[in-house]
Amino acid sequence: MSDALVMEPTGGDQVTTAKPKKRHALSTRLWHWANAASIIILFMSGLNISNAHRRLYWGNDGFAPEDAWLEVPRFPGWATIPDHYNLAAARDWHIVFALVFAFGLLAFMIASLINGHMKRDIFARAKEWSPANIWTDIREHLKLNFEHGEGKYNILQKIAYAGVILILIPLMIVTGMVMSPGMEAAWPWMTDLFGGRQSARSLHFIAAWLLCGFLVLHLVLVLLAGPIHQIRDMIFGGKE
Amino acid sequence: MQRRNFLVAAGAAFLTGCTEIGKTDWFGKIAQGAQNWHRGLHRALGGGRIPMAPEYDRSAISSYFRGNGNLTVDSDAYREALAAGFPDWRLTVSGLVDTPLSLSLEDIRALPQRTQVTRHDCVEGWSAIGEWTGPQLAQILDMAGVQEGARFAVFRCADFTMRGPADNRRRVDYYESCDMDDAMHPQTIVAHMLNGEALPERNGAPLRMRLERQLGYKQPKYLTGIELVASLDGINGGQGGYWEDVAGYQWYAGI
Repeated sequence: MSDALVMEPTGGDQVTTAKPKKRHALSTRLWHWANAASIIILFMSGLNISNAHRRLYWGNDGFAPEDAWLEVPRFPGWATIPDHYNLAAARDWHIVFALVFAFGLLAFMIASLINGHMKRDIFARAKEWSPANIWTDIREHLKLNFEHGEGKYNILQKIAYAGVILILIPLMIVTGMVMSPGMEAAWPWMTDLFGGRQSARSLHFIAAWLLCGFLVLHLVLVLLAGPIHQIRDMIFGGKE
Repeated sequence: MQRRNFLVAAGAAFLTGCTEIGKTDWFGKIAQGAQNWHRGLHRALGGGRIPMAPEYDRSAISSYFRGNGNLTVDSDAYREALAAGFPDWRLTVSGLVDTPLSLSLEDIRALPQRTQVTRHDCVEGWSAIGEWTGPQLAQILDMAGVQEGARFAVFRCADFTMRGPADNRRRVDYYESCDMDDAMHPQTIVAHMLNGEALPERNGAPLRMRLERQLGYKQPKYLTGIELVASLDGINGGQGGYWEDVAGYQWYAGI
C-alpha cells in the first residue's frame, strides 16, 4: 500500500500529501526564466525597431512630425539587439521571442489557475486592501524589511505581480498583435479596442518602459532581499 | 567596482552573443519557423472566414500619402512614358498560366474595379490611409487561367537600385512575391488610382500592387509583370523579394 505513505486521508474528502512543498512551483520557475529572457530580448530588439521610425502617434495613421505626440531618442547600440541598427535582424528576434512570450504567459496562466498559485498567492484578499495594511506594507518596505505579512506575498508584491501578469504583459502582447496587419485582418476588433494601429504602437512603447521599470525595481528588491537565496529558490524551487 | 565590471562584461558578452547568433544559419531557420507560425496563426484565427484588412471611410484618408523607397524609375524611358501618360505601358501575366496576357492601362481600366480605403503600414512603423482603385488580381489571373502547381505570384517592377561598391555597381531590380492565398484575396488589387486620381509618381505610377494584409514593402510599385511560379528558388536572390534578398527582411510581412 504505497499510496498510504503519500496520501493520508484526514477525514472527509480532505487529502494532504506528505511530500514537502516547494516555495516556487516548477511551472512558475520555468515561466519566470523563459519570460525574463523574452522580456530582455524583446525590449532590446524593440529599441532597435524603434530606431527605424522614432515618432509616436495617436489614432490609425501618422508619419509626419506634426502628427506626432512624441519623438523618442535614438537608442544606442549597447542597448539594442543586434548591437547596430538592423531592422530586419531585430524583427527576427522580435518575431521569435514574441511567440515564447505570448505562449509562455498562456501556459503559466493555465498552470497557475490549476495549481491555485493565482488564487492563493497573487490575488489579494479584501482585508489586504485596507489603507492601514497598505500603509504598513509601504513602511516595512522603506525599512527594508521584506519578511512580513501572512501570505507568501505582501500587498505591494501582489499589486506589482498581478499588474504585470494580468495587465502589462497582456497589453504588450495584444498591442503587438494589433500592429501585425495579418493578425489585424483576423481580429480587426482588437485595433478598435485601442483606437487604431498607431495608438496601439504608442501603448506598446509605453507598456514596454513600464515593464522595464518593473524589471529594475524587481532586480533592486531581489538584491536587497538576498540575491543568492532568491535566485537559488527561483531555480531549484526552495522550501515553503 | 569589481562587481560593476563583471556586470558590464556580462552585458557586453550577452549583446555580442545575440548579435553573432543572429547571423547564424540555425537562428535564421528558427526565425523562418517563427514566421510560418505567425502566418499559420493569422490564417487560423480568421475562424474560417476570409480575413479582411480593415477598410475606412473616405474621411479617414491621410492628407498626404508619403512615398518611400524608390520614388521614381531612374531611366529616360520611364520619364518619357510618365510625361506622355504611359500609352505603351504593359502588364504581362506569365508563368504557370494557360493564356499569357499583355495588358495595356486601358485594358486594366476596362475591367471591373474595386475601390478600397485602406491603411498602409511601413515596416519602419508609420501608417498612411489612402483610397486605392483597380481590378482584383484574382480576376486577371482567372482570365489567364491558373495552372495546377502555381504556388506563388511574383511581381516584376520597373524600378531598381544601384548597389555594391563604387567599382562594382550593379543594378538590382525591385520585385516581390506572395502565396496564392494572398494573390487570390478579394482585397489584392492592381491599383492604378490613389484617392481618385492617377497614381502619383512617388507611389508607383502607373501601376502598383496592393496586398492589404502585409507591410508596405510587399506592395511593389511601377509594376510591369506578374508571373506564377511553383517555387521562388532561382528567382533573383531566391528569397522572394528585393528587401528579402538584399537585407534579410521577412518574406511573410503580415507581422
